[in-house]
Amino acid sequence: MSRYSDMFDRCAQEHRGAFIPFVVVGDPDMDTSIRIMETLAAAGADALELGIPFSDPVADGPVIQAAAVRALQAGATPDRCFGAIAVIRKRFPALPIGVLTYTNAVMHGGMAAYFLRAQSAGVDSVLSADMPVAEANDYIAAARAAAIEPVFIAPPDVDEDTLRAIAAATSGYTYVVTRRGVTGSDDRVSMEFKSILSALKRHGAPPPVMGFGISTPDHVRSVIAAGAAGAISGSAVVRIVERGGAKMMDTLAAFVKEMKQATIHSQA
Amino acid sequence: MKEQGRFGGFGGCYVPQILYGVLEELEAHFLAARNDPAFQAELRELLVNYAGRPTPLYRCRNLCADTKARLYLKREDLLHGGAHKTNQVLGQALLARRAKKTRLIAETGAGQHGVATAIVGALFGFSTRIYMGEKDVARQQSNVFRMKMLGAEVVSVTAGSRTLKDAINEALRDWADSYRTTHYMLGTAAGAHPFPTMVRDFQKVIGEEIREQMLSREGRLPDAVLACVGGGSNAIGAFHPFLGDPSVRLIGVEPAGRGAHTEEHGLTLQKGTPGVLHGALTNILQDANGQVLESYSISAGLDYPGVGPEHVHLMKTGRAQYVGATDDMALDAFTALCAGEGIIPALESSHALAVAMDMARRADKETVLVVNLSGRGDKDLDTVAKALAARGEARP
Repeated sequence: MSRYSDMFDRCAQEHRGAFIPFVVVGDPDMDTSIRIMETLAAAGADALELGIPFSDPVADGPVIQAAAVRALQAGATPDRCFGAIAVIRKRFPALPIGVLTYTNAVMHGGMAAYFLRAQSAGVDSVLSADMPVAEANDYIAAARAAAIEPVFIAPPDVDEDTLRAIAAATSGYTYVVTRRGVTGSDDRVSMEFKSILSALKRHGAPPPVMGFGISTPDHVRSVIAAGAAGAISGSAVVRIVERGGAKMMDTLAAFVKEMKQATIHSQA
Repeated sequence: MKEQGRFGGFGGCYVPQILYGVLEELEAHFLAARNDPAFQAELRELLVNYAGRPTPLYRCRNLCADTKARLYLKREDLLHGGAHKTNQVLGQALLARRAKKTRLIAETGAGQHGVATAIVGALFGFSTRIYMGEKDVARQQSNVFRMKMLGAEVVSVTAGSRTLKDAINEALRDWADSYRTTHYMLGTAAGAHPFPTMVRDFQKVIGEEIREQMLSREGRLPDAVLACVGGGSNAIGAFHPFLGDPSVRLIGVEPAGRGAHTEEHGLTLQKGTPGVLHGALTNILQDANGQVLESYSISAGLDYPGVGPEHVHLMKTGRAQYVGATDDMALDAFTALCAGEGIIPALESSHALAVAMDMARRADKETVLVVNLSGRGDKDLDTVAKALAARGEARP
């Protein structure tokens, strides 16, 4: 069993969904970033989604772009990011850890080498924001060969065949996006969610986790109620890091607790 | 996708899943239009009566007169809009209309593609937004004003290197939100499939005309066709009709900036390595960690750390050769063409001209050279004035 399926089983037994915070590794610097990841996990995050910064993040909105710039300026490289992730893995052996990055980072130096490096750092899954399923045959094979679960995004406005391909390709969980645009926390949580979820279920996709635009407990409650197995919150978490300050760690921990509380099924 | 969009392994469609569908839709319209006589007739009519095709093939009277070479210029600078860009925006605009889009977005570096997009936006009644790096906005003020006069909104991009690369990033972000109503009018033969194939198809009219005009003027094909390469659209348009003619050398000229030995250049084909940028597997300038580097060129239109994937294939197979011209070489060619022929070329095109002039000087037998003069240089006059002043050659 993978760490993801163990985690989703545990959530199901506890009649709740998973809350998964996202941060950019190395933001604002590597030492602080390690403490941020530890804080999120210790506060009860069910998994971590960790961005490895790339120079041209076309799928990210301004908040996460700025985080990537801060991390790169502070000297983040894929190797240093994997080093930091290895520290978190050691402290939290059961915690599912996913990496979000871009195709060029994975291909640079060879996909097999990248996935092996991720695996040895303790990463469970890798999602490349600019890798559509139609281009992903070799990529999926390389990931699986290294025991990395390739995660794919199910976006709005896709046809049934594409959803079927995404359901078959994604592993660990299905990253469901029901809002158009790039990452960022605004208040548009779309109504198309239920129809995408039922199609994914029909095609046997792994648990659907909702991302993009999750910034409040109400967002979490609404997507869990609609049938999501979990919710990822990125820009809202990164904004706390951006603000910084002496109470940043407390604020992060409180945010995780509040969001996680909102994952509990209302009629368990 | 119906086609793979691969050029010997390079190319492809590496975009966020949310954009894959609209690119499939675009490919479908493109493939249907290819075989639609009504579409082709309307495009042809616009190219002739609106844009001014065919453009002249001018044989230089003075430049290179003392060499064994005959130097021809394909005058894309005389095309409506002032550059070759108009060829393909007319094609894409007809496709956007066919796909029932009401809004255009585009990136621009030098501003030429932005102006071309604004032109078709006005012509067809699209609402038009142009993304332009902050640095390029500053160095291409006259084109910014031109776009605004044509009714386009110009958004200054402050992210990253504040040049073409970041303008493309921002346009892609817009498109991920707006694709149902909006066509992304990419300006070069780069990026995700179907753009490299589609833009090449709309630009190959350049090479087709060169071939015809050369056969009627010289009774033979040229010895070499030269074109500058940023993203590579004017070059692929000039080269493509000659791919099957091994006697015709195809020479792409990249910006060597302050020199190939420095870090300030845009020699993506010559010094880049394979990577994925803006949707294609191609050659890119990147560091040891796979982060995309900033390119450099005096010419905003060549200042791009990626390149069209078909050029990588043509380089790897040896069918085309790629060389560099520095800022200084381009400036020398610019001033030579102004003074020698009464033509003010774009700094981009001046790179290709510089290499052609060098070949002409070295020619030890009769040689026929064609330079694709891809654009006019009025937009570059401020840049040239500053650069000449910096060299101590200030002119009145």
